[in-house]
Amino acid sequence: MFEAIAFYLFAVLTIVMFTITVMTSQALYAITAMAAGMIFISAFFFILGADFLGAIQIIVYTGAVMALYAFGMMFFDTTRNVVEKKVNPQIVFVLGVLAAVMVVAIFVAPIISDNIQALYPIDPTIGNSQAVGMVLFTKYLVPFELAAVMLLVAMIGGIIMAGKKMDKSLTLMAEEEIGMMDDSYRAEEGGH
Amino acid sequence: MDVAFIIETIAKIVVILLIFSALAGLGTYFERKVLAFMQRRLGPMHVGPFGLLQVAADGIKLFTKEDIIPQNVVKPIFKIAPVITAATAFMASAAIPFWPQFTVMGYTVHPIVADINVGILYVLGVMAIGLYGPLLGGMASANKWSLISAARSAAIFISYEVITGLALLAPLMMVGSLSLVDINNYQAGGITNWIVWSQPVAFVLFWIAAFAETGRTPFHLVANDHEIIDGFGTEYSGMRWGLFFIGEYANMFFISFVIAIVFLGGFGDGTFAGAFQLILKVAFFFFFFLWTRAAWPDVRPDQLMWLCWKVLMPIAVLNVVVTGIVMMF
Repeated sequence: MFEAIAFYLFAVLTIVMFTITVMTSQALYAITAMAAGMIFISAFFFILGADFLGAIQIIVYTGAVMALYAFGMMFFDTTRNVVEKKVNPQIVFVLGVLAAVMVVAIFVAPIISDNIQALYPIDPTIGNSQAVGMVLFTKYLVPFELAAVMLLVAMIGGIIMAGKKMDKSLTLMAEEEIGMMDDSYRAEEGGH
Repeated sequence: MDVAFIIETIAKIVVILLIFSALAGLGTYFERKVLAFMQRRLGPMHVGPFGLLQVAADGIKLFTKEDIIPQNVVKPIFKIAPVITAATAFMASAAIPFWPQFTVMGYTVHPIVADINVGILYVLGVMAIGLYGPLLGGMASANKWSLISAARSAAIFISYEVITGLALLAPLMMVGSLSLVDINNYQAGGITNWIVWSQPVAFVLFWIAAFAETGRTPFHLVANDHEIIDGFGTEYSGMRWGLFFIGEYANMFFISFVIAIVFLGGFGDGTFAGAFQLILKVAFFFFFFLWTRAAWPDVRPDQLMWLCWKVLMPIAVLNVVVTGIVMMF
């Protein structure tokens, strides 16, 4: 009974949150509703007994959405509404409906056809963090390693992009020095 | 699910809520007294014996103060931000084993609300959501200083989450479990079995990161004191402002529990002496938060980032690698 109550409560909450994310024109509402929705999704993992995935869902998405907030702060005045320029609403509508139908089809297909079996059923004698680990390091080892390499590439790329003039600290410079740096930078740009 | 279990769980939740919201209030009293003695002042002393009722006076003041919602703020977000900080602090406590199990009149009580097997991940994850409070409060309150403070809180969060995770990884590799009860039982053999002896580096790193996670003084950048105003809390008044503080102090207590359980043996073998020792350890860590505030100035944001990415993170990674090599051979 409690599982049913929890499921319907969190289902409604999640749908409401993501509806707000899509519908609102206020950047702050959108990001906050998205963070809340992502965290509410973890409830489904907990209901299904996948504690590890639930906790990971919370940790990963609080961090990821926090980075979105940083972008929100940079690009928008978050206390005002964002005016969107809608060039062609019909295309957006059609593509949106198509995407929704496709997602529903993907999730309904296994239920209808009924021939998908769990190849790695949960072993009740081990905890579910161990279960995740065993699947990750046997069946999904190659995708796992590939993801690791891709993340490494992204990290190196990020360091190179952000690494320019990293040895100089604006906080420690006097106003004039910053001005001079600005001028020399401009001269350099002009020279090219 | 039987009725006894439901009643027990609700009772535990109520007890934890009552104890820790009261402790959060008392925490402000301790903080003012400790700071006062370290700075050769007397601290609160007029309300009640030794100023103990100052907490009640402050509570009445905060509850009865007008709840001002300034113009131009994003109202729903502005209103919910302090609730997030306070609520997530208490939600995080659900997976902390506060005491060993004990028997009252033939009924065994487990002083942990939900003994999930990924306790430590859950506690730290939910505690981290608490930082959304300052972030949202700052972004919603149409005030430039609040916004800057919110930006700082996001920066601290994103950086120090890395240190917390990497520092914890090494002890977790040794224990082989994410459950706080298992971590505690791993060290049940006594003081020589404490993880702090085999993982001193991880202990220090985690302790430093705890200051950042709770936003305490060397890293108190969410409400930068040098700006004289209160950072994200500038536009808040009354109990909404108070909720931020309940959340902060509750977090200090809970993170002290986590440090004590993970690194310093927790409640040991589960006897009464062990439980009492856990309280002492938590009290020490809480006191250390206050001690640091009296002894150290705040660091600058760029120093904070330097410390995180150029000092602590490499050490944490090295620690994990060395632990792995030692465990393998």
